[in-house]
Amino acid sequence: MDRMKNIFAGSWGIIGVGVVIGILAPLLQKLGNPGNMGVCVACFERDIAGALGLHRADIVQYIRPEIIGFVLGSLVAAYLFKEFRPRLGSAPIVRFFLGVFAMIGALVFLGCPWRAALRLAGGDGNAILGLLGLVSGIWIGTLFLKGGYNLGRTQKTHTAAGWMLPLFMAGLLVLMLLFPQIAGEAKNGVLFYSLRGPGSMHAPLLISLGVGLLIGFLAQRSRFCTMGAIRDFVLFRQTHLLSGFVALIVTAWVVNFLLGQFKPGFEGQPVAHTMHLWNFLGMALSGLAFCLAGGCPGRQLFLSGEGDGDAAVFVMGMIAGAGIAHNFGLASSPAGVGPYGIPAVIIGFGVCLFIGFTMRQKIA
Amino acid sequence: MAKTIDARGLSCPQPVLMTLDGIKAGNDDELIVLVDSDASKENVSRAATSKGWTLADIREESGVYRIAIRKG
Repeated sequence: MDRMKNIFAGSWGIIGVGVVIGILAPLLQKLGNPGNMGVCVACFERDIAGALGLHRADIVQYIRPEIIGFVLGSLVAAYLFKEFRPRLGSAPIVRFFLGVFAMIGALVFLGCPWRAALRLAGGDGNAILGLLGLVSGIWIGTLFLKGGYNLGRTQKTHTAAGWMLPLFMAGLLVLMLLFPQIAGEAKNGVLFYSLRGPGSMHAPLLISLGVGLLIGFLAQRSRFCTMGAIRDFVLFRQTHLLSGFVALIVTAWVVNFLLGQFKPGFEGQPVAHTMHLWNFLGMALSGLAFCLAGGCPGRQLFLSGEGDGDAAVFVMGMIAGAGIAHNFGLASSPAGVGPYGIPAVIIGFGVCLFIGFTMRQKIA
Repeated sequence: MAKTIDARGLSCPQPVLMTLDGIKAGNDDELIVLVDSDASKENVSRAATSKGWTLADIREESGVYRIAIRKG
């Protein structure tokens, strides 16, 4: 009976959602999104930070409707299925800084776990290093989890508090409609736009938003999580979420192949560099931070949509982290890691290990 | 009286870890797990059945799920 209530919670449900994302992401790329970046939560939040002027890397400035759709699609699903539960208070400031360093690690690699999967599916061999790093970082996180690490219980909160991030996303959409991109202009009203680079490449707004809403809806129902996929396998040998993540990669690989977007190799891959160690360590830092925060960047958006204020704080941490990463020269470029990227990764590991070692109170 | 594991307000994977610890301890043939999200309810149910336990009962009272699991 319980299974009937949520068909997406079953094995075929999560695989189906992986397949749908695996089809839609390469199609978004075909329709204008940057290479191997049909969906990248970290990159897209970084673009949003740029569009708002939180950093001034002028090649990555665009309010990505996919991100807005992820949150609002999840919100709709949560309300339809009576799962909207406003909650908050599980060490939000810690989650903010985990978000900051998750983003810094992701921008050293140049992608979040979603993009690592899509880069692999597009033939980018550097993604192998990233995925190995992701697994390693999550593995370290599971050691903390086994040792009793936790950020404490949440509390019920006001419904309006659960609406904060969905309203922020709706506000971004309103800004996009009020100040749309004007060809050849780097700014309209309060929003910055890119004239070149990944920020200038995007699918049409309504398609991006529609795909985002659909993925947000499906992911809320299925609890799709790229970090949880690996974490649950390492911790419990459970393959439930992993089957969805693998389905995404395999499907995206097939679709890329069919669309002529599969280009195997290490050199000259879109928005990627070939510094293997830092691809590995960047994603390892990210994986550790996601594991300590309890969800991949996509899952944090979906949780925010169902009223989880702590996940919302993590999202804001990632957006702030993107600002820091580009303003301080921490983010990589196709030329390699940024001037201060390496110390930032080391500091990030220090912060995550500090959090992991010190926050292990026994749950009463 | 079955032992109660209170995982309310905790996010994944904590409720699952606590449930598996309870199962592993081997002291009880029945456990009650309290969670307050649907994802946790699904995860705890999945973890318990994967260990060969059965779902005896799931009840919701004011936003809290009371999951009764039984050995065998």
